[in-house]
Amino acid sequence: MPDADALIEVAGIDVAIGGNRILSAIDLTVGRGEIVSLIGPNGAGKSTLVRVVLGLLQPDRGKVWRRAGIAIGYVPQRLTIDPILPMTVRRFLALAGRRSAVYERQVLDEVGVPDILDRPVQQVSGGEFQRVLLARALLRQPDLLVLDEPVQGVDLTGQSEIYRLIGRIRDNRGCGVLLVSHDLHLVMAATDRVLCINHHVCCAGLPEAVTQHPEYVALFGRGVAENLALYAHHHDHAHDPGGHVVPLPAAAAAGSGDHHEHPDHPHRHDHAGR
Amino acid sequence: MLAADFIWRALAGGIGVALVTGPLGCFVVWRRMAYFGDTLGHSALLGVALGYLLGINLTVGVMATALTVALLLAAGLRQQILASDTLLGILAHGALALGLVLLSFLPTLRVDLLAYLFGDILAVGRSDVIAIWLAGAGLLVALGWLWRPLLAITVHEDLARVEGVAIEPTKLAFTLMLAVTVAVALKLVGIVLVTSLLIIPAAAARRFAATPEQMAAGAAGLGTLTVIGGLAASLLWDTPSGPSIVLAAVILFAILQLVPRRGLSAPH
Repeated sequence: MPDADALIEVAGIDVAIGGNRILSAIDLTVGRGEIVSLIGPNGAGKSTLVRVVLGLLQPDRGKVWRRAGIAIGYVPQRLTIDPILPMTVRRFLALAGRRSAVYERQVLDEVGVPDILDRPVQQVSGGEFQRVLLARALLRQPDLLVLDEPVQGVDLTGQSEIYRLIGRIRDNRGCGVLLVSHDLHLVMAATDRVLCINHHVCCAGLPEAVTQHPEYVALFGRGVAENLALYAHHHDHAHDPGGHVVPLPAAAAAGSGDHHEHPDHPHRHDHAGR
Repeated sequence: MLAADFIWRALAGGIGVALVTGPLGCFVVWRRMAYFGDTLGHSALLGVALGYLLGINLTVGVMATALTVALLLAAGLRQQILASDTLLGILAHGALALGLVLLSFLPTLRVDLLAYLFGDILAVGRSDVIAIWLAGAGLLVALGWLWRPLLAITVHEDLARVEGVAIEPTKLAFTLMLAVTVAVALKLVGIVLVTSLLIIPAAAARRFAATPEQMAAGAAGLGTLTVIGGLAASLLWDTPSGPSIVLAAVILFAILQLVPRRGLSAPH
């Protein structure tokens, strides 16, 4: 049974699309007041998992539980509005349904774009538009925010500002946040827990632990040299050249990351340092 | 000559259709469904043929075939090999060809093929005008009711679904409305030109609109001007009415492209 603070919980999720295994045996929980980052390389199945969490996609196997009556605010990946569709920020926000003008002002202040209501959405900057998307999600007074790559099209400085904003929103509203990113280093400061997936769960846990996990290092190839020592300690399995899991029983319990068992790999790993 | 009843009936019918095709056509443009509109138009001839052969009301026949084609398309899109424009091409020309073949079984004099292909607005009767305005009023009420969910789906389907919009019923209702509109507009501009009433006024209105609502209202207004202008030209120079209305729309569109956009003109 999910604990009292859990907002959503999915377990043992398998998804195959057109015969390709996209997700296998994924577990994920997000609780109240918690920021969980979902990371993984491009094509790892992050957005597919988000669609399962949101109820947009039925998994082939596994359990999806959402707390009854929770409101979810969603910022999708890549929302662009065709130039043929005339749309002001005000009209765009109204698509979420009727809200009081007072609350709308309050939310725009909260996300830091108080004065753009009458601008065409096609003419606001990338950073402003991401904040407008966040505002549309917040208008629903969400218990859970699901943000799929919320810093797309934003420059580096702007990115860290938006991540700080997400942290503040969580602090002020106490909502849960599921944050999707392809880069852990940017989200680390604002994250409570990390789930790193590449079709299966590679590793999960506190941000610091995940950055040192061998599968994380293998996927992102960052700081490989300095983590070589940890590599041996944290490994609970290795991969043979065919991609099959070879268990390393001695090391299993030592990992600070919470590793998932997955006896049958759907893909090859390209491990650094092999 | 201008006092003749048939002219006022033609005007009333034409304006009634333009007031609906303007706003509805905006969605056709926004959702990139121009070719879908064409396909519904092409399938309408099959509806006419079936109407004659089975002895049912032609408008009902047209709506039924348009809906069948829309549902076939939805089913066909489940396979992921052929793109939707390819499927639409198969459906459009398949339906058109079947319609033409079926019509050939009817005695020639009973069906004025040209009237269905290119429209015959001057033959619009009193009951036609009443039917157009009743159907038009119904369509506008339905569109107003579906406006926000339909717009939300057009912007981003997944986001709309998370926000509680019932996607499939809304899309089905929109398809149904398009089918009815095509059946109603058929009398005016015919099968071949029916899409033009949907997309040209909407495209012309884009430059002067800041919100979706302004674009819809603008399209309805420009469509009305188009019908008046096209009809007048048709009477003045004795040109076919359907193509004259479409040509008026194209000319209006072209002229409006030359007008500087409000707010973007040089300050002085």
